[in-house]
Amino acid sequence: MATAIGVAQQVDWDVQEQTGLWKDAWVRFRRNRLAVIGLCIVTLFIILALGARFPTTPGGLWKIVHLAQDPLQQDVTNSVAPPSLQHFFGTDALGRDVFSRVLYGASISLSIGIIVQILILIVGGTIGMVSGYFGGWIDNLLMRFTDIMYAFPDLLLVLVFVAAFSNGPRLLTIFVAIALVNWVGLARLVRGQVLSIKEKEFVEAAKMTGTSPFKLIIKHLVPNSLGPVIVTLTFGIPAAIFTEAALSFLGIGIRPPEPSWGVMIEDGYGAIFADQGLVIFPSIAVALTMLSFTFIGDGLRDALDPRMKR
Amino acid sequence: MAETLLQLEDLRTQFFTGRGVVRAVDGVTLHVDAGETLGVVGESGCGKTITALSILRLVPEPGRIVSGRIIFRGQDVTKMDDDEIRQFRGNDVAMIFQDPMTSMNPVTKVGFQIEEAMTAHERFTERLAKGRVIELLKKVRVPAAESRVKDYPHQFSGGMRQRAMIAMGLSNEPALLIADEPTTALDVTVQAQIIQLMKQLNRELGTAMMLITHNMALVASLCQRVVVMYAGRIVEEGPVDQIFRSPQHPYTWSLLRSVPRVDEARKDRLVSIRGLPPDLLNPPPGCKFHPRCPFVVDRCKIEEPPLGEVAAEQLARCWVLMRNVKDEDVAAAKSSALSLDAAKKLKAPAGGDAGR
Amino acid sequence: MQAAEKTPGTAIKADPVLLRVQNVYKYFPLQGFGSGGLSVRAVDGVDLEIRRGEALGLVGESGCGKSTLARLITALLPVTAGSIIFDGQDITKLRGAKLRRMRRKMQMIFQDPFASLDPRMTVGDILMEPLDNFKIGSGRERTQRVQELLRLVGLNPNFNNRYPHEFSGGQRQRIGIARALAVNPSFIVCDEAVSALDVSIAAQIINLLQDLQREFNLTYLFIAHDLAVVRHLSDRVAVMYLGKVVETAGRNDIYDNSQHPYTKALLSSIPVPDPEVERQRAPILLKGEIPSPVNPPSGCRFHPRCPIARAPGICSEVEPPLEPHGAVDQEAACHFAGQA
Repeated sequence: MATAIGVAQQVDWDVQEQTGLWKDAWVRFRRNRLAVIGLCIVTLFIILALGARFPTTPGGLWKIVHLAQDPLQQDVTNSVAPPSLQHFFGTDALGRDVFSRVLYGASISLSIGIIVQILILIVGGTIGMVSGYFGGWIDNLLMRFTDIMYAFPDLLLVLVFVAAFSNGPRLLTIFVAIALVNWVGLARLVRGQVLSIKEKEFVEAAKMTGTSPFKLIIKHLVPNSLGPVIVTLTFGIPAAIFTEAALSFLGIGIRPPEPSWGVMIEDGYGAIFADQGLVIFPSIAVALTMLSFTFIGDGLRDALDPRMKR
Repeated sequence: MAETLLQLEDLRTQFFTGRGVVRAVDGVTLHVDAGETLGVVGESGCGKTITALSILRLVPEPGRIVSGRIIFRGQDVTKMDDDEIRQFRGNDVAMIFQDPMTSMNPVTKVGFQIEEAMTAHERFTERLAKGRVIELLKKVRVPAAESRVKDYPHQFSGGMRQRAMIAMGLSNEPALLIADEPTTALDVTVQAQIIQLMKQLNRELGTAMMLITHNMALVASLCQRVVVMYAGRIVEEGPVDQIFRSPQHPYTWSLLRSVPRVDEARKDRLVSIRGLPPDLLNPPPGCKFHPRCPFVVDRCKIEEPPLGEVAAEQLARCWVLMRNVKDEDVAAAKSSALSLDAAKKLKAPAGGDAGR
Repeated sequence: MQAAEKTPGTAIKADPVLLRVQNVYKYFPLQGFGSGGLSVRAVDGVDLEIRRGEALGLVGESGCGKSTLARLITALLPVTAGSIIFDGQDITKLRGAKLRRMRRKMQMIFQDPFASLDPRMTVGDILMEPLDNFKIGSGRERTQRVQELLRLVGLNPNFNNRYPHEFSGGQRQRIGIARALAVNPSFIVCDEAVSALDVSIAAQIINLLQDLQREFNLTYLFIAHDLAVVRHLSDRVAVMYLGKVVETAGRNDIYDNSQHPYTKALLSSIPVPDPEVERQRAPILLKGEIPSPVNPPSGCRFHPRCPIARAPGICSEVEPPLEPHGAVDQEAACHFAGQA
């Protein structure tokens, strides 16, 4: 072998075992038992919620398979009945099946939780990204605006907003109200992430390869800031659910007869000495959902820990 | 006849990770005599830092010393109880690390930290300690020592911080100072000052030093004896002149020839060691260096060589040994050229050829 | 390695100087109250020339401004004043798409092999990015080019689906080199390209860089603090101190016949891997520490630490210009050049 093929001689054919980054994170997530339990519970609730709303006949899928009933159907003759085979959780003051109402409520709470976070991601994420990337006066302007928003007391602002738009579509108003108040945290987080990633050498390197600012944001900044963002959004879901429940409890949330969990708790509160179940079942539902998302959030935070480099 | 301060006998430190056992230190036997400076050389992952941490029993989880003895002035460090080891650390043997910024507490004054090192061992009262701190800083040539004791670490420059660390290390007059890459984070001119300082301190105080580094030039400057480590074992050791003039292990030889020298005009090529450092979870059979060795023979792939004496006071772990390698093979190992095939295939593609 | 020697025909039509840094300044203003309008004067009036086909080494210690200068030259940072003429164009005046087009000719290899590759992208994507940005070749040609690039730097071309964290430091640096070569640049800035690597791996990369320069007739700006590496790789060397160039010379002249006292001190401080030489070597130890770039000393900035300075005197009052001293093509900024 007279011609030593120098560089090729040093060809590195060996590399450590192949792992995808998300696969890695999934493996770590799986190891956290509480997180997995949380995930199972949330998945269960999602299935129950979907089945309660689709097909769009009252009671949805569950009524069709005789597991539940029309959540709005009243039967005053059978009011405040204890749990039985026809009514797993009993009936409320108007004879409505509590179990079906809890299932329906799941759809409301979950959709509020998730949709609010999507709105927060869009508003807060964009503001944080733009602010962090461009810096200068844009950053100053946006951040002062953010500070002002942050200064308002959350619940009060929501109340005011909902009251102001009390004649509009209630669910949409609640979505917007809760999102409006809570985007600030995410904006700050995203901005912080962008500020730190922006200085990293691989972003400079991407600039050197001629990548335009827009592509830099989409291809480099967004994927690298996802970790903490996903965790924050996950933790935000139970907060939104609770806010809705609180609003409904205060009577300015979802309008009856739509059964959100908060509405059910408010209703049941009136009959609390007659039948505690009316308060307990929806409360447990809220608590369980919130707890599950919190466990998932914890698990995600550990799994997505950026100490993944060797 | 110099007293042997520290003797490591077949030390083995392993890390019990989820993916298997990493044999970070795999049977290391070495000694440091009073007053001498021993260089421990190797690249990342060779086990030199873990060896040092083992001596002080500071091996982080999930590692532990699994076997072997560490004998300091007749006492086995591996068998010391908590009180004894606390007495030992910082007092008999002290260690300074690579990055002084992270080894010092950023929220306490430098003077106080050095004091703490002394009062912790109860060898000095607080009053005496305060006085000694200034003395120590002067000894390590920190200018305006009296006012600098009140400064915080971030107010010191990199070189000053390292001097402060050295002062801390020496505060209890240890017999042995272990320095892990003490100059890597420093500028060249500052490095020269620290080297000077270490030579002076060695002369004045007689402190023995174990210098851990990958910088061969530093070793040539400061050490009397050298130990070369690879994959957790010692592959060569001996007096510094001999090792540099006639290294017998191919790894040592390659290492010396892969370092460009500032006092020599450019030679055509540096010797580079092909391949990657060994995976300590799954080390190769036989000699751990064989997959990368330019002079490998069949025996190397099957049987691991023992550390044998190759000259007066010089040991090497190799079946072949550099002095037995033919000149043409040495010349071949020194040369290599770009793979012209791959290069020829790289024509500028049809997108235009801006600016060439 | 003069341009005329290498490519006899082309030297006539092209300006032999590829990059001209003219009177460039970069100040970073200090924030906050009480800073009184002071700035960190990272680059404080630098003139530099890099000729086609040569490798210029740029050395200096912390605070000298070499990294900042690298980022000014590659237009990653805007200049405070001055101009940088690259291949006939003043890049300090370029913006947006025009600036991005210029990048096709100039690339950079970064110091930290762990931070310079996007951890969320595969190697293939990383190498594809410059090809996509400049629309080089068709889709299939780009995929082929990615494989050629990997092979060229000595990596298995099937690794394009792997992520950076699966590679060692040396391998990642090779990927960085492949990325720099992807668009066929004529000029590559190597910012401490081997500083973070182990000795034997650094040697591999140094050899690779040399081979590539020969093969593709590249021009390098090689920034490093390790003067031994610089001596090995460069044709000419420029030494910086506190934001200014204090000496430039051919690679042998700067080591054998340095004219500036700082260069002399710097070189004498470097240990050599040879115990006999080390025993004889007497480093010129400079007094004090590198001053803050916020408030550099008056006159010659080196004067407080200089072993031959006349201060108070001309050295503390008049800033010495960078002028020819010593050998042909050697310049030094010292009132008493060659007398250290």
